[in-house]
Amino acid sequence: MLAFIVSRLLQSLAVMLAVSFLCFTLFNFVGDPVNNMVGQEASPAERAEMRRELGLEDSVVVQFARFLGNAMTGNFGKSYRLARPVADLIVERMPATLELVAVAALLALAMGIPLGVLTALRRDSIDSGAIMTFSLAGVAMPTFVIGILLIYVFSVECKSWAPGLGLPSDWCFPSFGRGETVKLGWWNTGLLTASGLKAIVLPAFTLSLFQMTLVLRLVRSQMLEVLRTDYIKFARARGLTDRAVHFRHALKNTLLPVITVIGIQIGGLIAFSIITETVFQWPGMGQLFIQSVQFADIPVMAAYLVMVSFIFVAINFFVDLLYAAIDPRLRLDRARLGTAGG
Amino acid sequence: MLVARLAALAAAALCVVSVAHAKTLRWASQGDALTLDPHSQNEGPTTAMNQHIYDPLISRDPKLAKVPNLALSWKPIAPDTWEFKLRPDVKFSDGTPLTADDVVFSYQRAQAPTSDFRAYISSVKEVKAVDPLTVHIVTNGPNPILPDYTTSIMIMSRAWAEKHNVTKPQSFKDKEETYAVRNAMGTGPYTVKQRDPDVRTVLSKSPTYWGAKQFPDYPDELVYTPVKEPATRVAALISGQVDFVLDAPLQDIARIRQTAGLKTEETAQVRSIFLGLDMGSAELKYSDVKGKNPFADKRVRQAMYQAIDINAIKAKVMRNFSAPAGLVTSPGVHGHTAALDQRLKYDVAAAKKLMAEAGYPNGFSVTLDCPNDRYNNDEQICQAVTGMLAQIGIKVDLQARSKTLHFPKLQKKDTSFFLLGWGVPTLDSHYVFTFLYQTNEAAKKVGGWNFTGYSNAKMDELTSAMLREVDQAKRDRMIADAWALAVADMPYLPLHHQLIVWSMSDKVTIPIFANDSPNFKYAKIK
Repeated sequence: MLAFIVSRLLQSLAVMLAVSFLCFTLFNFVGDPVNNMVGQEASPAERAEMRRELGLEDSVVVQFARFLGNAMTGNFGKSYRLARPVADLIVERMPATLELVAVAALLALAMGIPLGVLTALRRDSIDSGAIMTFSLAGVAMPTFVIGILLIYVFSVECKSWAPGLGLPSDWCFPSFGRGETVKLGWWNTGLLTASGLKAIVLPAFTLSLFQMTLVLRLVRSQMLEVLRTDYIKFARARGLTDRAVHFRHALKNTLLPVITVIGIQIGGLIAFSIITETVFQWPGMGQLFIQSVQFADIPVMAAYLVMVSFIFVAINFFVDLLYAAIDPRLRLDRARLGTAGG
Repeated sequence: MLVARLAALAAAALCVVSVAHAKTLRWASQGDALTLDPHSQNEGPTTAMNQHIYDPLISRDPKLAKVPNLALSWKPIAPDTWEFKLRPDVKFSDGTPLTADDVVFSYQRAQAPTSDFRAYISSVKEVKAVDPLTVHIVTNGPNPILPDYTTSIMIMSRAWAEKHNVTKPQSFKDKEETYAVRNAMGTGPYTVKQRDPDVRTVLSKSPTYWGAKQFPDYPDELVYTPVKEPATRVAALISGQVDFVLDAPLQDIARIRQTAGLKTEETAQVRSIFLGLDMGSAELKYSDVKGKNPFADKRVRQAMYQAIDINAIKAKVMRNFSAPAGLVTSPGVHGHTAALDQRLKYDVAAAKKLMAEAGYPNGFSVTLDCPNDRYNNDEQICQAVTGMLAQIGIKVDLQARSKTLHFPKLQKKDTSFFLLGWGVPTLDSHYVFTFLYQTNEAAKKVGGWNFTGYSNAKMDELTSAMLREVDQAKRDRMIADAWALAVADMPYLPLHHQLIVWSMSDKVTIPIFANDSPNFKYAKIK
């Protein structure tokens, strides 16, 4: 087990280095931040001087080495756009994104798994058909369309139809922002205030829709497969209740591949959060990243990409460990191999 | 009896409560201020925010006329010296009085190597405090329009800056951020209550503001939230989450006007959009014509000018929110006249004839560089131009890029044909001539945005002369001559002046400013 962990750690490190180096080669093509940093009266000589001082004239390898060297000491540089240390910016924005991603992942699981089980157990009924069709919409519609649509229905037009349904006039969801937040140490949470909870509903739903349909279809196909296996047949033959068969035995076995996929998809959620955050003006890391791309704010872009690759790599690492821990077959194999190897 | 008394008490309490209700104006726009340091970044959203906290010597009213702010009066006392008499009894929001020494400090700070206003006031040699209420600004040579430049330099308190170690604007080389990035203290109508960059900024009424009598009714609190996505911004306004949106997309203005409870204000902006042609190179970099430069021939330039149907662009692309132009600068800029701003007639037949005369009856191909996120509908304008130029045989290869890529390309002079917009913060024609028309000479720091290769000795001479000419009548004649030359030589093809539209709830009243910088001390909210 130790050898496994160490080898995975080294692999993760290699992946991160490779990703960061690739990103640095791309930064040559993002444009000139100096132009965005100075007013239009600055002379060409002054701009060239600034580029030199920022180190933008150096080669990619030199810039990368300098970045790595600074990163070792925890210094990610200062944002060109906001004139603040990048580490501070990321720490400030991280809670917003992580909360959004956590709520979205929970929503995806909370709705995807039951619906997947439902459509697997009652595969040819009408509601199954309806749910599957709806899930197609979730996969086919781009995130920003879903987001704008939700804002339109629940925020803009809400005042027209909410009173008709007997709902109070301030029931409508906000069209942007995070609502009031409460600071717990360095973590800024929006989940402890009424306005914060209201504000997270639409963005989390938008973000989770794609994952939800993925989970739904995955659980459905896995469940259908598991229900055909021998041990389920024997359990039914033995006379176990439907509930015991479906939920104690079938579901547990169904969830294994689902966990792996969800783990990988959490990384995807963080990536897709860029669009959701832009649509809902959610003050998270995704929005910070988009703004830095438009400004050619290289320190922020570099730090963000390194951090995202770290998150992906870390999640995959834990998913692998979790998988090995959950699946008894894997554990047994390893034990057997272990004893065999001496 | 008791009931009546209780009822009276309750009524009185209610009255107190309703009177004490703060008037809060919530507004949104696309981009937040980058910093609260008034000398650090010379860009739109930043100065728009900081003008609520800090004051300059002279500011602009909604019609963009100069009005006394911290300076009550000003006059030239020597060809190279202007005297400013300061307003008495002005206090910073921490209670300390404003003196001439603070003005001296602020101008020195604005000239520091890390200030983005350094180039802007490069003509200022020295600032002297003659007595606590009088300041002399000495310039390098006569500068008749110095007061126009003072409208952008905000006055900070020397004591506050020294106390918080911010006597110089932030340098990008500093590892930490300076105190002035997120904190501010000035003589303006508001103080900073909360500052969360890119999230939310709350300004509250300053109790020590000198203009409280002149502006008795302005909002007690301003809550600014940037909303990047245009659709979300409009949704926020329509759903009532914000009261004022600075920059709703033009295609949504009709919808906003039709919504009950919302209204819009519009005005011509001091920003003109035009096409630039590389007429100086021997051969165009991005064209299929070899051995000669078609743009060097005025007939080709004029043919292109006359082939563009700007009224069609106005109606279809700009949704009627533009003012067709004959000059590359707009009404409101000193030196602009309606007579000069007349366009050449849209005439495709005449254009084709000119092309044939110039020796290009079958046209040629050229690449057009265009930004796609800087000006109103910039990319769509270029697409329309592409179609129109095809009618006279010019095959345009349109390359639309983000401004972060577009401007560096232009600055490297790596373009043959480009779209550009130009605003004039000083509201004087000299600003346009020195950046766009003077021969591009890096050493002399002139012609910095002239990527056309246009070089006319007479134009250079007029531009340098108008900078120093103190006789108003003589200067105006120079400006008129320079514009006539600019129109005749035609290195740029003018398109239109932008129109800005502010959208707001009916509860808000604010006169619209042509420099797109709302100053909410002129606003009222019900």
